[in-house]
Amino acid sequence: MIKALKDAGISALIALGIFGAMVGLPSVVGEGGKLSLDPQPWTVAIIVAVVFIGRLGMVLWQANRKPRVKAKSAAHSKYTISNVAGPLLLIVAVVLPMAGDRYLIDVGVLVMTYVMLGWGLNIVVGLAGLLDLGYVAFYAVGAYSYALLAQTFGLGFWTCLPLAGLLAAFWGMLLGFPVLRLRGDYLAIVTLAFGEIIRVVLLNWTQLTGGPNGISGIPRPTLFGLKFTLGDGPDTFAGFFHLTPSVTYRVAFLYYVIFGLALLTNWVSSRLRRLPLGRAWEALREDEIACRALGINVTTTKLTAFAIGACFGGFAGAFFATRQAFISPESFTFIESAIVLAVVVLGGLGSQIGVALAAIVMIGGGEVFRDFNEYRMLIFGLALVVVMVVRPRGLVSGRTPSVSLGKGVHIAADMMSQGHG
Amino acid sequence: MAEVLLSVDRLTMRFGGLLAVNAVSFEVRAGDITALIGPNGAGKTTVFNCITGFYKPTGGRIIMHRPNGGDLELAGMPGFLINQRAKVARTFQNIRLFAGMTVLENLMVAQHNTVMPNVARGLLAVFGLGNFRHLEAAAIEKARHWLDRVGLIERADEPAGSLPYGAQRRLEIARAMCTDPRILCLDEPAAGLNPRESDELSALLMSIRDDGCAVLLIEHDMGVVMRISDHVIVLDHGVGLADGTPTEIKANKHVIAAYLGEEDPEDIAEIVA
Repeated sequence: MIKALKDAGISALIALGIFGAMVGLPSVVGEGGKLSLDPQPWTVAIIVAVVFIGRLGMVLWQANRKPRVKAKSAAHSKYTISNVAGPLLLIVAVVLPMAGDRYLIDVGVLVMTYVMLGWGLNIVVGLAGLLDLGYVAFYAVGAYSYALLAQTFGLGFWTCLPLAGLLAAFWGMLLGFPVLRLRGDYLAIVTLAFGEIIRVVLLNWTQLTGGPNGISGIPRPTLFGLKFTLGDGPDTFAGFFHLTPSVTYRVAFLYYVIFGLALLTNWVSSRLRRLPLGRAWEALREDEIACRALGINVTTTKLTAFAIGACFGGFAGAFFATRQAFISPESFTFIESAIVLAVVVLGGLGSQIGVALAAIVMIGGGEVFRDFNEYRMLIFGLALVVVMVVRPRGLVSGRTPSVSLGKGVHIAADMMSQGHG
Repeated sequence: MAEVLLSVDRLTMRFGGLLAVNAVSFEVRAGDITALIGPNGAGKTTVFNCITGFYKPTGGRIIMHRPNGGDLELAGMPGFLINQRAKVARTFQNIRLFAGMTVLENLMVAQHNTVMPNVARGLLAVFGLGNFRHLEAAAIEKARHWLDRVGLIERADEPAGSLPYGAQRRLEIARAMCTDPRILCLDEPAAGLNPRESDELSALLMSIRDDGCAVLLIEHDMGVVMRISDHVIVLDHGVGLADGTPTEIKANKHVIAAYLGEEDPEDIAEIVA
């Protein structure tokens, strides 16, 4: 009974975390277009209560219905956070834009961008164990690639997206070569410098990049040629579907674009983890010398990790450029790398769901606490410290084996190596 | 006499002012268990590291004779190529398993080059292209075979780091064998094993030899060395001291002097027992 109560309590907490922000704090447009929050504590309380009672009932019902089966598969029936939170988050992410709240979707886009960046960096840091402090460089390469290709050659977003990814991957390999022999602190320093070099070049190469003025008027993405402008011509989204033109369509479309890109990142990296390449990355993190003794080409393995991680950074960068319609070197400072790395570390190195949760907590949380003004960073910092004290290996730590003869057993994080850089 | 697989010719390794290995020559023959012994600091592990590509020797040659006739110079070749092309596999004195990966995964990583012949094929596998599934299934079969042989099949899905010491040693040997080597180099495989485990190890090594893989081992446990070796090489202070069958080595005066500093029949009896 106590176990059931605890289980229900955890579900209620998850519900509170998710709906507290989404339902409990809707923003309304008041007089003079002023945005203000309209807290709905009772709605949230009701939702949380429903989840609590529902979960409690479900657990009790299951316990009473087939006690024998449960005893048998005790090891199996443990609800892991990825089994519960994964589908739940996915559903929330799919329906989020339907709320139609512009602010909410904007925050969603922001969170999703960091989820994607986190998943991309996770390949390099979490799987291959290479500490990369300059990930923002690939984000910048992607963004500038799209902006420049679109401005110079008039190419569209969907043509430029793979190009931006390829260019970022190329730069990932360029970074990879000199740092192949470096480990730990030294690797971190060089990658950090690489991030800064890219930014400084963007800042000073005025003829190409516009320097500190950046690039503006970057074209928006289209849906099979349908534009998301405020007109109602036949070539616009609203006109084609006979809808009232609204900015929300464009924002929602952008949301689904980044959502799709993030899912792609997740799919590719989860799949790679179960393939020889991903296994070699993880083996590299565990012991590089043993890898060499087993005939694994450490150079190629490291370069592929850098390139594929960078490629997803490039995709995210191209998306960032098209979403903002304006980019400048200011958007690609070291703090971005630090935030993405914090998302990965906080989420748990190598854990997909952990990174997603951490991005929601860090980026979404940062938005929710915007009202606290100067206390925001204080609360934020405190929260990070608390998480790291309570769960030093991140929110979701450990790993599931990529292949197993029987049932795969979750491997605790203290068994794993964190890589030597 | 069996064909020579590996010939080490006047191998020299110098670290700054320290001459760790000085013109050491020996041969490893197919179908033999060759033991490399010597007091601490004699340069045994250095020789190993040169053969397996972890060090680039400062002098001398290491030639791998391949069955198709092509000779391969190993000195200065990168370590991963020595495993891939010359088919030399090794284990380490301080066990180097992928502790956070399962026992089975350790053996799968060892078959990396079989399952993923090149990066392009590795990336195509993401989309389910190529014959990846087939290769993966074959790799799992081979891993299963070796897990059976080292008696770890029951623990296939446990993290390698959670295995007891003796099992980790056996797993490391199985992992090396999964790369299909022609020479298996073992750096002190019996260190830290109890007598029963040493016996099991001896049996395993002899079965590996009987399957046609030559074994080159560094070992301090003279019981194991004298029982299973076909050929013993003694090093002392970086110099080759003796080379012969276990019986010849037991009787060699230089070897006895190197181990004891002087000739004392009682202590000799203790060592060779």
